[in-house]
Amino acid sequence: MSFLDLDEWLIDLAAAAEIVYSPVMDIKEYPENVDVVLVEGAIANEDHVEMMRRVRKNTKIVVAFGDCAVTGNVTAMRNPLGDPENVLQRAYKDAADVAPQFPLEPGIVPKLTPRVTPVHELVPVEVFLPGCPPPAARIKLLLEQVLAGKSAQLTGANIKFG
Amino acid sequence: MAAKTLTIDGKQISAFEGATLLQAAEEAGIKIPTLCHMEGVYDVSACRLCLVEVAGVSKLLPACTTRVSEGMEVTTDSERLRKYRRMILELLFAERNHVCAVCVSNGHCELQTLAWTHGMDHVRFDYRSPRWEVDNTHPRYGMDHNRCILCTRCVRACWHIEGAGTKNVSGRGVNSRIISDLNQPWGSSDTCTSCGKCVDACPTGALFSRGSSVGEMEHDRQKLEFIVTAREKKQWIA
Repeated sequence: MSFLDLDEWLIDLAAAAEIVYSPVMDIKEYPENVDVVLVEGAIANEDHVEMMRRVRKNTKIVVAFGDCAVTGNVTAMRNPLGDPENVLQRAYKDAADVAPQFPLEPGIVPKLTPRVTPVHELVPVEVFLPGCPPPAARIKLLLEQVLAGKSAQLTGANIKFG
Repeated sequence: MAAKTLTIDGKQISAFEGATLLQAAEEAGIKIPTLCHMEGVYDVSACRLCLVEVAGVSKLLPACTTRVSEGMEVTTDSERLRKYRRMILELLFAERNHVCAVCVSNGHCELQTLAWTHGMDHVRFDYRSPRWEVDNTHPRYGMDHNRCILCTRCVRACWHIEGAGTKNVSGRGVNSRIISDLNQPWGSSDTCTSCGKCVDACPTGALFSRGSSVGEMEHDRQKLEFIVTAREKKQWIA
């Protein structure tokens, strides 16, 4: 959502970059030879692991976009509870009003990973863009560096968590 | 009191005998990053953030507890020091559960500020994600051990500014934690005067006023400094 705060600059961005993949685009497979990817969210289930490995393989610059991707953030707050089963127990059984049961649809609902991890714990990451959410100006600054072909790096208050 | 002359970052300075490197540097307008240091209470060199290089000494020394000596050559900023300071901050973040986005101290946190001022854009170590409790038994204040960095500023404020002696440290290593009285719920403490000095001393969101929401907890450290200055120097400087 913070990305949309870029307002009219999005039009410039659309002219400068070819958007080849996004969760809201009608493309199923992550393509090959991608220059830059912005990865939102932490690694929390097996689909994420698989997807992120493919993304890494096919992309030159991986940007960990936002605190969840950079640190695990709120999504990693389940880690102190240990086994993911404990989390499911709390959410789907203890707190359930009707029909308490674990969501189980093999092939559709992916299995949770034992721990939620930042992206860089799974695959190497080139650029970190912290913030929850990262302010639009911060996103713009980073994308301008990327578009200019420079090695992107945020500094000072632009790397503040939270 | 005798004076000592020394160099800090190539600058010739003189300091009173017995002064710490941190005091001498501050006097000379040289800023050394600190975290467990707090004006008004003694130093314990717990956080190691103020480590400096002293010529002729191979290990790094904490500026807050190292005394000045004649002819000392001190470096407060170097590639090596920057590397270690960032590593210390990353280890602090990895040790417990610091989630800035939902923390009461978001935007007013000394740990958060030190992280970005030291170039920490991510943590290279695996997060330990230990399980810690929140003590919400006190009617006015709460303690979230997830956000505690064991700087012991609350303990020192409690013992040496308030003189109550409620707060203490129990356990060793990663199992260390801040306790009240004989390791009991804070709300059941007989010695706590509910003065809130520990809360004002806290650099993170570990100690907070109950009812504060995300980003609402601002610690008033100046109040502690004011009390101590008034008491010791009879100067009421706000």
